[in-house]
Amino acid sequence: MDFSLTPDQEAFRERVRAWLKTNNPVDWQRKVGSSDVPRPEAYEFLRRWQRQLFDAGFIGLTWPKEAGGQGLTFMEELILHEEMAVAKAPPILNILGVGMAGPTIVAYGTEAQKKRYPAKILSCEEIWCQGYSEPNSGSDLAGLQTRAVKDGDHYVINGQKVWTSLAHIADYMMLLARTDPEAPKHKGITYFLLDMKSPGVTVKPLKQITGDPEFNEVFFDNVRVHESQVLGEVNNGWQVGLTTLMYERLALGFGLQVRLRITLEGLIDMARKVEKSGRAVTKDPVMRQKLAQLWIDTESLKYTGARAITKLLKGEMPGPEASAGKMVWVETHQKLQELAMELQGPYSQLMQGSDWALDGGTWQYTFLRSRANSIEGGTTEIQKNIIGERVLGLPKG
Amino acid sequence: MDFGFSQEQELLRATARKFLENECTSEFVRARMEEPAGVTDELWKKLGEQGWLGLVYPEEFGGTGLGFVDLTVLMEEMGRAVMPGPFFSTLLGGLAILEAGGPEHKKEWLGRISDGQAKATLAWTEPSARWDAAGVTTRAKAAGGGYTLSGTKLFVPDAHLADVLVVVARTSDGKRPEDGVSLFLVPKGAKGLSVKLLPTMDQTRKLCEVKLEDTPATLLGVKDGGWAPLERVVQRATVALCAEMCGGAQKVLDMTTDYAKIRIAFGKPIGSYQGVKHRAADMLVDVENAKSLTYYAAWAVDENVPEAALACSMAKAYTSDAYRKVAGAGIQLHGGIGFTWEHDLHLYFKRAKASEFTFGDATYHREKVAQLIAL
Repeated sequence: MDFSLTPDQEAFRERVRAWLKTNNPVDWQRKVGSSDVPRPEAYEFLRRWQRQLFDAGFIGLTWPKEAGGQGLTFMEELILHEEMAVAKAPPILNILGVGMAGPTIVAYGTEAQKKRYPAKILSCEEIWCQGYSEPNSGSDLAGLQTRAVKDGDHYVINGQKVWTSLAHIADYMMLLARTDPEAPKHKGITYFLLDMKSPGVTVKPLKQITGDPEFNEVFFDNVRVHESQVLGEVNNGWQVGLTTLMYERLALGFGLQVRLRITLEGLIDMARKVEKSGRAVTKDPVMRQKLAQLWIDTESLKYTGARAITKLLKGEMPGPEASAGKMVWVETHQKLQELAMELQGPYSQLMQGSDWALDGGTWQYTFLRSRANSIEGGTTEIQKNIIGERVLGLPKG
Repeated sequence: MDFGFSQEQELLRATARKFLENECTSEFVRARMEEPAGVTDELWKKLGEQGWLGLVYPEEFGGTGLGFVDLTVLMEEMGRAVMPGPFFSTLLGGLAILEAGGPEHKKEWLGRISDGQAKATLAWTEPSARWDAAGVTTRAKAAGGGYTLSGTKLFVPDAHLADVLVVVARTSDGKRPEDGVSLFLVPKGAKGLSVKLLPTMDQTRKLCEVKLEDTPATLLGVKDGGWAPLERVVQRATVALCAEMCGGAQKVLDMTTDYAKIRIAFGKPIGSYQGVKHRAADMLVDVENAKSLTYYAAWAVDENVPEAALACSMAKAYTSDAYRKVAGAGIQLHGGIGFTWEHDLHLYFKRAKASEFTFGDATYHREKVAQLIAL
């Protein structure tokens, strides 16, 4: 057991830290907005930011060098995300491309595909979105109904996707569509690399609980896709898609714990200022218990994550354990946001724009946004099925 | 970074698991529950031969010279087997001698403890059940070059088996309650020492009332300087206890998933129902997080990092809740059979309860965490 970094990793941390000190744009949050996914006017800003990170050699750390990456380990990836979280740096806009589409193309793509796509993902020249969920298949992803029918050397796509983050600015989509409706549902799906500018693709924003349109509905009306855009084998899309999801939990997992810790410190700062029954919330024994429990849960996430990364570094693939990590993060974050409301009391009703709102009303926004955490990226119920079946070996229902 | 166990530690785990599966069966545990000794001479001797009774004491004093991460591995396996007997109490006594004692006391006791010739315990808490220094009211009086102790100690583990008791007593009333605390050695059978075995919920873990009436005692370490080493002892022992709890919780999870795979209801294994499956998933999360915090705490005390106290309190707070919840869920998912005396689940359920209230429960340690993060 050893928590120290190698000299190379220490040097890498120093390099990231120094680079961020010089290059981290100040006051970017005002431009980007408080949402996890930014407002339209910020996209160009975030494209440039990712390009800057790329030029500095910080994007695609774990990607092989042939694919334009740095050929480093998950340890460097973790260090990067930790440092970015601590520095409160802007997010990586093309995270779905870098974290999911790219590694899946590297794993399954033809030589032509591997030449064409990954490099532009890293540099943020082409932004990717994920076309998985549909109105009638969310948790039951394999039940998806979007059809792809062979017509010469093309496929014709008809159907609809939903909850599609970034679709309104994306250049490409990781699209799962049904190519064989007769086959068992897992066996008739194909993974396509879809150009979002293709005729027949319509993107409509979806306004959500926060009032922001963070994601979209995407409609396909006789969209023609060339067969060279199939990733992996025809009808093997389920397997390819699962690889993407595995990377999703990894990619989105890095830095989450650190961000949670920073959010918790923000909550504690507010708790010191807010009074309940004439004393600071932090002096209230019940509130102290709750804050301490959040601290413990946040730390447990860190060390459970460290155990998972140790496995990765020893060459074992990330398994369903990632589901447990996601679940704990969700539970802890939602509990934290609930507590942010509880300790504000009646003030929790006031939104951004009121002079009376505490911390500018930002907690109200993040509280509402946190309700999605237990749904997006696989619901908590699905994570529990995965843990029950693939970790504990319990039979399927 | 490597947050995993070494090959040697994995080997220790495999050895301990096999050893305990052979030597510490359910029948063995239940037989020991029925009698005061809590262990057989034979098992105790074998534990000594394995080098486990002196695992963390330096080799110069007859120990095995390993660390708390190694002890964590061993304690997990002992918790898995709900091993009865005075292993943990002897660890407490031994750690106190190691932390507070001079070379002469370490030489006198640690070798004998390590090879199984002597058992020890720590007599700390009193009827007030306080974990702070103000709870120490047993008086030490200087008498003829030595001391005599008077007072009542409660919840003392295995005092009826111990060859030597490390007794926490007050030598003076300083400005702070911590200032006047000292540690003493009291041998078995000392004058004025009476030990009464108490009926406990967890019969695998025996607790005693210890009364001292002008009992002659030898000062262990520095007069009025006992609180600091006691804190170190308790911190380290708490990590060991957490490890034992993690091992027990893991075993309950294993028993429960095994059962959920074979128990049929409404024509299907109950583990296929989400009501059961999701609760099992919750159990896994509790167990895994408890382990993560416990392993980190073990590493922290081994490396003596400044965060060690915080790490220990985080581990004990989380693990206290986790083991209780997991053991309760284990009974629930087993249904009626889990409530019977015949099934082993109640051994774990009761051990979880006993461990929860040893060295502070979750509420106590959350408040400690609050203090340590300067809330």
